[in-house]
Formats: sequence, structure tokens, C-alpha cells
Amino acid sequence: MINSSLKQLGQQLASKQVSSVELTQAYLQRMAQLNPTINAYVTIDEDKTLAQAKVADARIAAGEFGPLTGIPLAQKDIFCAKGWRTTCSSKMLETFISPYDAHVISQFDAAGAVNLGKTNMDEFAMGSSNETSYFGGVKNPWDVDRVPGGSSGGSAAAVAARLCAAATGTDTGGSIRQPASLCGFTGLKPTYGLVSRYGMIAFASSLDQAGPMAKSAEDCALMLNVMAGFDERDSTSVNREKEDYTRGLANMTGAQPLKGLRIGLPKEYFAEGLSADVAQVIETAIAEYKKLGAEIVEVSLPNNNLSIPVYYVLAPAEASSNLSRFDGVRYGHRAAEYNDLMEMYMKSRAEGFGAEVKRRILIGTYVLSAGYYDAYYLKAQQIRRLIAQDFVEAFKHCDVIMGPAAPSTAFKAGEKTSDPVAMYLEDLYTIAVNLAGLPGMSIPAGFAASSEGKALPVGLQIIGNYFDEARMLEIGHAYQQVTDWHTRMPEGI
Amino acid sequence: MALNLDDIKRIAHLARIEVSDSEAQETLNKLSGILGLIEQMQAVDTTGIVPMSHSQDVTQRLREDVVTKTNQRELFQSIAPATQDGLYLVPKVIE
Repeated sequence: MINSSLKQLGQQLASKQVSSVELTQAYLQRMAQLNPTINAYVTIDEDKTLAQAKVADARIAAGEFGPLTGIPLAQKDIFCAKGWRTTCSSKMLETFISPYDAHVISQFDAAGAVNLGKTNMDEFAMGSSNETSYFGGVKNPWDVDRVPGGSSGGSAAAVAARLCAAATGTDTGGSIRQPASLCGFTGLKPTYGLVSRYGMIAFASSLDQAGPMAKSAEDCALMLNVMAGFDERDSTSVNREKEDYTRGLANMTGAQPLKGLRIGLPKEYFAEGLSADVAQVIETAIAEYKKLGAEIVEVSLPNNNLSIPVYYVLAPAEASSNLSRFDGVRYGHRAAEYNDLMEMYMKSRAEGFGAEVKRRILIGTYVLSAGYYDAYYLKAQQIRRLIAQDFVEAFKHCDVIMGPAAPSTAFKAGEKTSDPVAMYLEDLYTIAVNLAGLPGMSIPAGFAASSEGKALPVGLQIIGNYFDEARMLEIGHAYQQVTDWHTRMPEGI
Repeated sequence: MALNLDDIKRIAHLARIEVSDSEAQETLNKLSGILGLIEQMQAVDTTGIVPMSHSQDVTQRLREDVVTKTNQRELFQSIAPATQDGLYLVPKVIE
């Protein structure tokens, strides 16, 4: 059951082979057993969760249900959920009980899904290993000495260890796709503006985007059907017609379902920085796509290397502004001792934020400060356009772009914590996609052996043109019809 | 543009984050490393390139100027560090 697809679970619920309460209890038991080791969830509230399962069962009994009614999901702790502690894995919000629901949460509530709990993450989504969390790191279920990636590391470990049927994540510079690669599941970052950011705690608003994290492309399609849609409460939510992201999946049969598809391989994604074992898995996956009928074209993203420096100007600049709201006045941590208002602000923020969050706020403050704006912020915005134009050019020659999602397999906990710049390079293949606002996904493509001989997952990244999610999910699904990487589970789980 | 300890103190004050003397050197080292990474941008000629602030070329939506939110002061203040008579309490700022 724990390895069932969302479609299979939905069928079992609809035919009353299993109730949502039973399914939910099964996951809660696994969480009680495994979460103390994995640390995927930071907040579990069995009463609230089971109450939702009961409501779902009543809806199913009344015949008023959809594909996700009664399905237990994990929610990244960046989404405000009414009555739930919502921390963003920060001491700043350690005791914050959200007074309202994020759009994503209310969409899942309306669909009748069950919230199993809030998942661990890098503090305020700033990190690529989940090690900046105030609540401690998350273990990669494939090798507990290694990180799950980040920032959506708790959701990633929960999906990989089957501690939920599926999960939500957010992706500002790779925070869905890199953990999907390191933990061996399917994760999709939609086009910027497709999923409302309302109630999603802001990091870098022009880049932040929520998306599904699940076992398969088909599961992601079902999740995205619930998550996507116009919301007037997010000023950048795109007002376009609702799509059914599962609509083309059934066509992905036969010998060459992808005949005519042009896959662009950016030469910059296969250059220095990519580890040899990952490169080999990606090449094998590309060969599989050729068998499915796709043709391969070489493309170029000449400014890709600049995406990291540009990101580390723009994202901290936006973060320094967004996180100014945490002032110890209206909610969040307030220092115990202070003499005046300035000291209250400075001590509350010094105590409430962790080291990486402070670094990014300070960098952001510096690049926006008087005299430096043109040299840093404006320059970064200009290069952002060059990076986005690289994709426009590449998509003249191909329908989708493929490559690695992360430069290596999961690394060991503590390996990169002392050097922020080394950690930032983890997102070499993902950040440009956020800067351009494009959709990107990572699907399990195989394994590479660790130095100790453990099998570590490798993800294949698929980058589509704007609002091409349905096609990307078909392309992922076609591959998952002829491979079984997405069904593999870590040993002992 | 190399930073020094005075810059760290100035930036920390602007950001309203207290950085103690003992933390300042470590902060300086880490921020200098990040700025070193950022410096790569300066090699690019961006003359005449229009800055891209956002991936979408859209304008802000407007709505009717009517009341859309209900007053939830008590709910929102229930999570505040300190309130009194429906007001948020902070240290005295006006003598």
C-alpha cells in the first residue's frame, strides 16, 4: 500500500477497500516509527489529521469526492495552515500558530486531502541540504549519513521513505528539483505564477513557486490539478484557464509515444562541475528517450554559469526586504531583554534568525544600500535578462531541455556547511530556470554507487517552455512506463 | 569591493540584526566569500540591456475600492508578543 500510486489509493478509497482513517493511521504509524530517525516532519498533530480523514470518509460515503479525497499528504512548513504551527523551520516562528490558510492548503482542503503534518526545511527555504533548519537536519532515507537536499528536504525524505502519499514543496532556486534528484522521486516546479503564493512564507518573491513532490509524474499531475489556478490574492498569479494535467498521460503508450519530440541538451550542463557517475546515468536516460522516439539536439545556455552570482544578488535582496516583517512586534520571536525599540528589533532578529538567513539578509541589505544598487542589483537584473533569453533561443531548436538536476548524488551531512559558496554550487542546473520563470522537473533516472557502495538516486531534469507542464508530465510519464526507477524504495524502509 | 569590519557593523545596523564583536570577523569572512562569487558579474558587458525584474511582463491588477476583508484584530493579536487594549506594545519611542 505504501508504494501505491495516488490513482491506486484513490480507487481503493472510492471502492471502500480502505477508509481514509485507516490509510491515514497507517501513515501516522510509519511516521511514529521512522520520523524520530529521519526528522522529516517538524509538526505532527494526530487529532487534527484524523479529524480531516473522518471528514474525507464522510464525503466518500456521500459520493462527493475527487481524486485526492482522503489521501494523506505532507505539507512543507512554509505554507500557513490555520491552527497549525507554521515555523518555516526557524526559531523566529517556533511558536507561530497560523491564523489563516495558504491558498495551496485551502485548495487541498477543498479537494478533501488529509494533512499528515508540516515538513522540515532549510530555515526560510535558504539552503540546499536542509542543514540550516532550526529543528535539525533531515536524513536521506537512501543513506542516513547523507543529506536529502534542500530546501524542501523534509518533504523529500517523507516522499522517499513513504511517510506520505505525496507532498508539497517550494522552489526558489532548485528546492524541489535538487531534493527530488537526491532522494529519488518526481518533483515539479511549475511556471512562475501558476500556483498562488498566498500564505506561502516569502523568501524571494520574484522566484518562489510551489509545486508537487511525489513518486511519479502521474501523481504530480494529480497534485498540480489541485494546486494550480488563479488566485486574486497573489498579485503575480496568472489568470488563465484551468488545465487537466493528466489529460495526455493515457496517450503515452505504444513503441514510440514521443515520436517527433526534440530534446535539447545544453552543452553547459555536461561540462565541468558535473560528476562522472551522474553524467553516465543522465546519458543512459537520454538513450531511453531516443528509444521512445525523441530526437536529440545540442543547444547552448551560454550564461548559465552567471545564474549563481545573479541569484545571490537578487534572492538575498528580495529576502532582506521580505524578512524585514519579522520585527518582534506583531508575531514571532521577541528578545527577552532590551532597553529601547532599536535594541528590541536588533536582538529579536539576531536571536530569531539562524546564521545562513542572517548572511543572506546582510548580503541583500548591502547590495541594495546607497551607492551599490547599480553595481549589484541593476547589473544582476540585466544579466537575468540574458539568462532568460538563452532559453528563448534554445527553445527555437527544441521542445524541452534535459540534463542533470544536481551536479552530484547526495553528499554527507556536514560536508558543505562551513563553505556557503560550495553549497550554492549545488544549484548550478536549477537556478537559471527560476530566474527565467520556466517550469522544471526532476524524475528518477537511476542510481550511482556511493564510496561505501550504497545506491544513491540520480534525477533527470526536464525543463519546459512557459506553461508546458502538461507536456512535461507526459514526457516524464512516458519514461516511467518503460522504467521502474520511480517505484524503487530505500532498503529497510 | 572588499568589505571591512566597519562595513559589517553598518550593514548589520541597516538590517536591524545585532552582530557582536566576536561574530563580526566570521561574518566578514563569509560575506566576503559570497561577494567574491557575485563579482563574476562585473566581467559581463550589459550596456543597453533592459533590467528584468520579473519573469512575466504583466502589470498590477486593479480592483474596485471596496471593503474586502473583515476585522480579525483579536485573532491576529492572539499571536503577538505583547498587546494591550487592542494595541501592539513596544518600548516607548516618544518622550
